[in-house]
Amino acid sequence: MKKILIVDDEPNIVMSLEYTFKKNNFEVFIARDGQEALDTLQNHHPDIIILDVMMPMVDGYSTLEQIKKNPELENCKVVFLSAKNKEQDIQKGLALGANLYITKPFSLKKLVEQVQELIN
Amino acid sequence: MSSLGLLLILAIYVVMLFYIAHWSEKRSHSKWTNNPYVYSFSLAVYCTAWTYYGSIGLAAQTGLDYLPIYLGPIIIIPTWIIILKRIIRISRVNKITSIADFISLRYGNSRSLGALVTLISIFGIVPYIALQLKAISDTFHVVTKTQASSNIFTDNTTYICIALALFASYYGNKYVDASEKRRGIVTAIAIESILKLVFFLIIGIYVTYFVFDGFDDIYKQASVLEDFDKKNTIGNLTNGLNWFFLCLISMFAIFILPRQFHTAIVENNQEKHIRTAIWLLPLYLLLFNIFVFPIAWGGNILFENQGLNSDTYSLLIPQYFNNNFLTVLVFLGGFSAAISMIIVSSITLATMLSNNLLIPYGFIGSLKNTSPEKNIKRIVLSRKIGIFSLIILGYIIYRVFILDYTLVSIGLVSFVIIAQLAPAFFGGLFWRRGSKKGAVTGIILGFSVCFYTLLIPYALGTTNSGSTFVQEGPWGIALLKPFQLFGLDYLEPIPQAVFWSLLVNFLSYMAVSVSFSGNYRERNYAEMFVDIDKYITNHENAYVWKGTANISDIQKILERFLGIERTQRAMTIFKLKYNIDKDNKIADARFIKFAENLLTGHIGTASAKIVIASVTKEDKISLPEVLRILEESKENIVINKKLTENSNELKKISEQLQIANKELINKDIQKDEFLDTVTHELRTPITAIRAATEILHDDENIPAEVRQKFLQNIISESDRLNRLIDKILDLEKFETGKQKIYLSKNNLSQTINNTLESLQQLIANKNIYVDFKNQSREIKAFYDEERIIQVLHNLFSNAIKFCESIAGKITIQLIENPDFVSVSIHNNGKEINPEDLEAVFDKFYQSRNQNIKKPIGSGLGLAICKKIIEHHKGKIWAESSKSNGTTITFTLPNYNTSEK
Repeated sequence: MKKILIVDDEPNIVMSLEYTFKKNNFEVFIARDGQEALDTLQNHHPDIIILDVMMPMVDGYSTLEQIKKNPELENCKVVFLSAKNKEQDIQKGLALGANLYITKPFSLKKLVEQVQELIN
Repeated sequence: MSSLGLLLILAIYVVMLFYIAHWSEKRSHSKWTNNPYVYSFSLAVYCTAWTYYGSIGLAAQTGLDYLPIYLGPIIIIPTWIIILKRIIRISRVNKITSIADFISLRYGNSRSLGALVTLISIFGIVPYIALQLKAISDTFHVVTKTQASSNIFTDNTTYICIALALFASYYGNKYVDASEKRRGIVTAIAIESILKLVFFLIIGIYVTYFVFDGFDDIYKQASVLEDFDKKNTIGNLTNGLNWFFLCLISMFAIFILPRQFHTAIVENNQEKHIRTAIWLLPLYLLLFNIFVFPIAWGGNILFENQGLNSDTYSLLIPQYFNNNFLTVLVFLGGFSAAISMIIVSSITLATMLSNNLLIPYGFIGSLKNTSPEKNIKRIVLSRKIGIFSLIILGYIIYRVFILDYTLVSIGLVSFVIIAQLAPAFFGGLFWRRGSKKGAVTGIILGFSVCFYTLLIPYALGTTNSGSTFVQEGPWGIALLKPFQLFGLDYLEPIPQAVFWSLLVNFLSYMAVSVSFSGNYRERNYAEMFVDIDKYITNHENAYVWKGTANISDIQKILERFLGIERTQRAMTIFKLKYNIDKDNKIADARFIKFAENLLTGHIGTASAKIVIASVTKEDKISLPEVLRILEESKENIVINKKLTENSNELKKISEQLQIANKELINKDIQKDEFLDTVTHELRTPITAIRAATEILHDDENIPAEVRQKFLQNIISESDRLNRLIDKILDLEKFETGKQKIYLSKNNLSQTINNTLESLQQLIANKNIYVDFKNQSREIKAFYDEERIIQVLHNLFSNAIKFCESIAGKITIQLIENPDFVSVSIHNNGKEINPEDLEAVFDKFYQSRNQNIKKPIGSGLGLAICKKIIEHHKGKIWAESSKSNGTTITFTLPNYNTSEK
């Protein structure tokens, strides 16, 4: 069973994501901001992270930078999921080492497909 | 005192002056030599030995008559701030070096007029120099108690005079360019001016307070002397007229005397120095006159009926009391006064002699063909010889003619002669029509009248001929008696001569000028002189010249006089100034004027014109054409001025535009940020709705309670979306001013209670304790209740949200002041970062600093609150500390008290 970490501060969005990935046989972990995400990563080593950008406290970009510093998380894939949809935001996210940048609003079905493609 | 001793003291004194001159020449740019005080004191060269000794003599003999010579300048000096400034500007741009240059240039750069002015000046001033030498000689003999030797070769004063002539010619003419400043001489003159005043004040104090017992004592003793009352009242109208004419010529003298023209104009370094001179010089003259009267009448009391020369009282009194030190001091002061005048006058006369007489009429031809070094040597040498011979000539005149006259009478004759230049001088400064023919006629006729009414009688007086010319008139015609011309018998001889000569001079100058207008060149200079302020920056533009000339020809001529290096430097500057192409070969009017100016300092205006004319071919221009060209150049200058003004204005406007543009760019960035944040905020609920809907859509077998949850999501997110849109529109209304506030009288406590009630459920949920101080007090205020409820609702919601989760507490405080009522809402939650205390009221405030951090709430609530409070003319701010939670306070104006 693949492990997925969902990082977002919008509870209603998290709820939908959690439901969908669970249904697709993922073990789902949830964090509400960057700091929580980093803590969770230490303990659970997920295969993939769905990361929002705009969050209180530690934002998505900084979170990714922290992840990249940790060699133990080398194989962890990262997908940004953000309402910031400007070209420069996307470029920045990919430059930091994200595998995918998906803009909100998004299609759950497509997201699941892309995530599965990434980890297989 | 022995002659040898006094000669030694004199030698030491002169060496000291020589050293001062030498020292300051080397420091010609230091503030010790180049300052308004040196300038002002150098102008006191006006006070000569005549002032120093002659005033006392005159006061002793005739009472108050010594005063007009000082009152005239004191009256006219305040006008310097305008007139002298103009003369200085004209002289600076035209490189004028003497009064002869000034007058002749104004009347079309006329060689003959320059020569005439030079002759008049020499005629007027050389006797004046003689007078100074007489003063030195007389006083020398008084101090040494010797008699003047009839053999000039055994008379010590002859050698003093030769030494003086050598000193003056050596130091007076180091530069070939007469327009160069002579800082050394000027500083020495200024020092001498200070010394002569100080020495004079010392002897004055000595006589008044040591010999006598103060002013009262002298007055008391003098008042019993014969004629005291008569001599010391101004008297009737006739005397008033005498005074008037004496004041008048001394007013002219302070402008036109060659030495005054030289110190005040040629040696002026900065126009602003005039500002010091206009108070310092009158003060100096007044100080000089304080003790004239006590010394004169002190002398009269001490030496009554002894037949001594009253001019020398200031020496005789200390000598009488055997005070050798004071006697020598006074002598040195008088010597200073005399040599200052001699040196400055001889320098400027020698310049005039060479630049306006010898070079243009004599060796100008030979100058054109020799090397620059030789030319410079010859010019300088000719001036040195000029200075030397003028002083020696003065000495000869003194020995031959004026042994018997008092200092004052010769001095005044000199003033009258120089005053003949006044109509041409002042006319040229203010009257465009004044012409060369008028000037020449005026000067010649005025001088002739002087000659008749003053010089002939004086000459007859010195020769002691038995002629009845003065008493009965020529051929016994009473109307032509020189001292009572045409029956004018109530003026003294000098005022009478002033009256007739200046009247004739002035009227003929006017009449001839009006009848015969000058040529185009005269008119050209007339414009430049009268309108100097317009042409000051690029006066070469105002010069009218037509013809053919090659720059290379003119350059060759310039090199003859200036040398190759200086010529090239000057030409580079000229081309830069007028932005002229380097390869331009044809000279225009500006270049002709520029070249003439360069030569003027060396050889004078007239010769400069002649030299330049020899290599150019000038076409005659008609007078109307000159006027047209001048009009054009004037228009050009006006247009230029306007263009500069316009461009300045444009600059200002473009600066303003730049600032406005910057503001716009900033606003644009803010707007972009705002839009960015708004779209992000709008997308978040839409994302949630879309995700929930997708799940519901794709999965038909969803359990009922899960379905319920997602549907609930959709509803709350839709509400959120709607609220957000409302707030954005609200804010937009406030920002564009469309939002109106409807003020009415309300009870603030009541409004707060109502708001709290609507939030009761939320407060209860978080178990928060609300402490509303003076809850029941009625505080009436004018506000829009609906809007203030919106504010309160927002603030309370925030307070509830940020309260401690356990033991949360909200405190509400109401304060009423004469000026305002304030509401503070405090919660005991976490601190707001101090840097953000103001920013929290910005819309989406976090977005500005870190656009990736998530704003709390909608990010618009406090921004709207602020707008509402500001529309009520109140204030809102936040305070926060770690230990004490956060307080938001807003105020509303207290209309209750202001209405009372």
